[in-house]
Amino acid sequence: MRGPHRLTSGLLTDAAQPLGFRFDGQRMSGLAGDTLASALLANGRMLVGRSFKYHRPRGIVTAGPEEPCALVDVIGADGREPNRLATTLTLEEGLVAESQNRWPSLRFDARSLSDLVSRFLPAGFYYKTFMTPGWAWERVYEPLIRRAAGLGRLDASVGAHATPAETLHEHADVLVVGGGVAGLAAAQRLGERGLRVVLAEQDALLGGGTLLDARWDAWRQGTCDALAVAAKVRCLAHTTVLGAYGHGVFGALQVLPPAETLQFGGLRERLRIIRARRVLFATGAVERLIAFPGNDTPGVMLAGAALSYLRRYGVAAGTRPAFFLNSDQAYDTLFAFAAAGIGCAGVIDPRPQSLAADRARAAGIEVHGGSVVEAVRARGTALRVRIARLDGRAAGALVADGLLISGGYCPQTALAVQLGASLHWQESIAAFRARLAPAIGQLAGSARGVSGLAAAARDGAAAADAIAADLDRPAQIVGTTADIAAVDAGARVLRLPEDPDVTPIAALWEVRTARARGKAFVDLQNDVTSADVRLAQREGYEHVEHMKRYTTHGMATDQGRIGGLVGSAVLAQARGVALSEVGRSKPRPFAQPVAFAALAGGEVGQHLKPRRRVPLHDRHQAAGASFVPTGLWMRPLVYSRQPGWEPVLREARAVRRSVGITDVSTLGKIDVQGPDAAQFLDFIYANTFSTLAVGRARYGIMLREDGMLLDDGTTARLGPQHFIVTTTTANAAAVLEHMEFHLQAVCPQFDVVLTDVGDQWGQFAIAGPRSREVVAAVVSDLELSNQAFPFMAAGAAIIAGIAGRVFRISFSGELAYELAVPARHAPAVWQALLAAGAPCGIEAYGLDALNSLRIEKGHVTGAELNGNTSADDLGFTRMLKRQGDFIGRVLSQRAGMTAPDRLQLVGVRPLDTSQRLRNGAHLVAREARSTSLGYITSSTPGVELDGWVGLALLAGGRQCVGRQLLGVSPLHDEQVELRIVSPHMLDPENARVRA
Amino acid sequence: MLRIQCPWCGERDETEFRYRGDASRSRPDAGADADAAMAAFTAYTYERANPRGWHQEWWLHVGGCRRLLRLTRDTQSHEIRSVTAAMER
Repeated sequence: MRGPHRLTSGLLTDAAQPLGFRFDGQRMSGLAGDTLASALLANGRMLVGRSFKYHRPRGIVTAGPEEPCALVDVIGADGREPNRLATTLTLEEGLVAESQNRWPSLRFDARSLSDLVSRFLPAGFYYKTFMTPGWAWERVYEPLIRRAAGLGRLDASVGAHATPAETLHEHADVLVVGGGVAGLAAAQRLGERGLRVVLAEQDALLGGGTLLDARWDAWRQGTCDALAVAAKVRCLAHTTVLGAYGHGVFGALQVLPPAETLQFGGLRERLRIIRARRVLFATGAVERLIAFPGNDTPGVMLAGAALSYLRRYGVAAGTRPAFFLNSDQAYDTLFAFAAAGIGCAGVIDPRPQSLAADRARAAGIEVHGGSVVEAVRARGTALRVRIARLDGRAAGALVADGLLISGGYCPQTALAVQLGASLHWQESIAAFRARLAPAIGQLAGSARGVSGLAAAARDGAAAADAIAADLDRPAQIVGTTADIAAVDAGARVLRLPEDPDVTPIAALWEVRTARARGKAFVDLQNDVTSADVRLAQREGYEHVEHMKRYTTHGMATDQGRIGGLVGSAVLAQARGVALSEVGRSKPRPFAQPVAFAALAGGEVGQHLKPRRRVPLHDRHQAAGASFVPTGLWMRPLVYSRQPGWEPVLREARAVRRSVGITDVSTLGKIDVQGPDAAQFLDFIYANTFSTLAVGRARYGIMLREDGMLLDDGTTARLGPQHFIVTTTTANAAAVLEHMEFHLQAVCPQFDVVLTDVGDQWGQFAIAGPRSREVVAAVVSDLELSNQAFPFMAAGAAIIAGIAGRVFRISFSGELAYELAVPARHAPAVWQALLAAGAPCGIEAYGLDALNSLRIEKGHVTGAELNGNTSADDLGFTRMLKRQGDFIGRVLSQRAGMTAPDRLQLVGVRPLDTSQRLRNGAHLVAREARSTSLGYITSSTPGVELDGWVGLALLAGGRQCVGRQLLGVSPLHDEQVELRIVSPHMLDPENARVRA
Repeated sequence: MLRIQCPWCGERDETEFRYRGDASRSRPDAGADADAAMAAFTAYTYERANPRGWHQEWWLHVGGCRRLLRLTRDTQSHEIRSVTAAMER
């Protein structure tokens, strides 16, 4: 008995193309077409890892994505990638893989001692044990547990976007999930009806169960050839549907074959977002395990997996394995092994007799009917399999070099359940079947509980017909045969091979005899035993979802695919109710682990979000600006690379003493027109706009319906029915949405049109005592004198030859104008203004200088309009109109909104002008330092004023002017003595803006 | 992922829209008696039903035509029974 080995070349492998690889440092050889798992088995390797909790030795159990044990680290050029499934990982030349969760080595693992003390590690152990003292969790318990538990490990640093991926969008009439016999038959039918079909198959090639039965080779080939040339059918192999998101939207992950990876510059995966009108789930069924002591011993493998390894890769799971089966379908492996000349140590079947057992006996194979495996133990490289009769009597033992088990088949219904399908117990197949609303789609084949390949093919075709009829594409030729066939290249009609007659399955979940001790696993990846499930039930976790969370059954990366129903059955037995009453825990996306890189696709780094640039971006850059992202916008922060406040203050002082120019194009601009425009703005704003004269602008505040401040800005009336609203940069989109919602939902009677013109206008502020000279030099058609164009005037003008708008508004507190021109003319006009301002020493100023200027003046921005402040808090009470309704009117009158102890806006200045202020510093009284009275929202070195100036929100602040407090910033370990002042620290009479 | 049949733009992904809440309620009259108005606005602003089943809701097509749509959606199955424009009541 030599264990697993390669017999011959399989369906997928190419004996002429050997590939070298390394596993745990050992050089091995496989064939092109192998998976890592089949190559390891071909090298006689069964032990591939240690288990999650008990560090028990584990082997390869399955041949597909449901694998719970064979997880490995793959070490590539970009570092270590943990938790790759050996059963789906395509072997490549030079592949380097390592087993996981073992220390110091796979054969001897020091932590497997935890297996010996495992009766002290039951379900809920961590919850119960590591409770006290509280501090110990973070410092002692968690690091210890983390070191011992877990699967693979991530490298501390991974190369930038080491696994490039991309996102594609697919549209189809029908998505067929699964390219087995039912899916292929369905896709062909749907294609014939002229429907657009996408078929996604998780396996590297199409065929499903037909790949394991040579009688089906011709049918499969004929059907695949026909689909390959069908105009509207696209078949995607190696593509796993990860989740069903409703309304026909699905996510699927495609693994690219190596040739395409090479072609597309290293691209390895594609995330496909599929939108389909109907779905057809031909997702097949997954073989399940049986819980018996030692069912995790390396060498115990699912029977169907052993058949896969034999047919696909020519690898035998043993030379003389034993079988533990409860359905006739599982005997297929036995017969395929016999045909390949592999011996058999015996078959153990709980059914007293069956058609398949009769066939096996006729072939000279010993079948122990009415028997079960009560325990398995490893003995060197062999397994000792102990048999018991159904009544519990011992019935001897077998020695074998493998035990191939099958507990039946569970239809894969996870995706259908995500779309609201209900589950119904089906005794004849000992599994749940799903029922899906026809408006969503159909299930077909073994996913619907149909047994036999021919029956599944017919079922797929019937489901396709139902969908076609639902989509008004019934069969064009009336009277076609109910049966389906494929036509091969020679136009031969290929009949479906017949399904053999079978004896029904006998449900078998767990074997428990008085003699057999040891762990019987229901979840191999999370090390959950049937005893853990019973313990959960005893401790009150009776619901299947509670049991799942208490024991972690089904919570590993394989989602308990091969043991999930077994856990439910053990729970049902413990509760003494029917399995149909217990049900299964709800499956959720993703169907398999997905790398973040695959989900991110191309949206990484600079491509994560769009980056908005102002029309003058290049000019700012040429002028040496440092940029700061504000929302999506890149705004000039300061026109210098020099750190510190000096360049900022130079820019700001130019504004205070002479003239400066800044780009305010990022402000939101909403054009409001219509007969009811004024009335609508009266409703949107808390202050009045209907009384505003044409050619004038007004500062306005908007409230939310709960009475809090939403946004502020200046709105100008350009005509009787025409206003231009400006919003803050940050709230531009939110304010437009707010206005559209209220116009359409609350004021549909108003005849008003809102147009977002934010991107259409470039806008600059020219500020400073000499700004009038500069503006006058470039503006024609407008008299700028104080009488003709006073503070808050607005009007059209020709600016450097371009038709634009001039607003006399000021954020800096100086005499200032804002000029707006169509965005494409912004660079030329900016240049003209700089030229006109040169004699005055005009300085371009950035966001930092703008901020310094407004803080000194006491103007608010997002730091104060922070969603927690009311109009009263910021001193705007007088702006609220007395008459008429507006958004926020009623709730802004709540007593609490104007309570005298609310945080109110004040100015703060340090007593010692050499000391700085900190944003976020708390204001406290010297005598009661533990009570925060408020905090500093904005601060800057004074531009004109001596020392730092700041704005703050202070409890009952307006009553505190003149008081001395401490500004404390524990983060910086700083405290500063402050004087509370009016927020209008510079020019409180507003003389400068009216100059 | 909801797919919403916008009367102007066709069937579009939910991510193009902004949810704007319960469409079965309308904004109260602020001109009423002050106490009544306060109670009505408090309910309008803060109180939400969380129905299981059919629900009227506002969706604003911010990433498209900016029209406000009134959907009738089943909160359990996500089925959308009707989509109408807010302004075409």
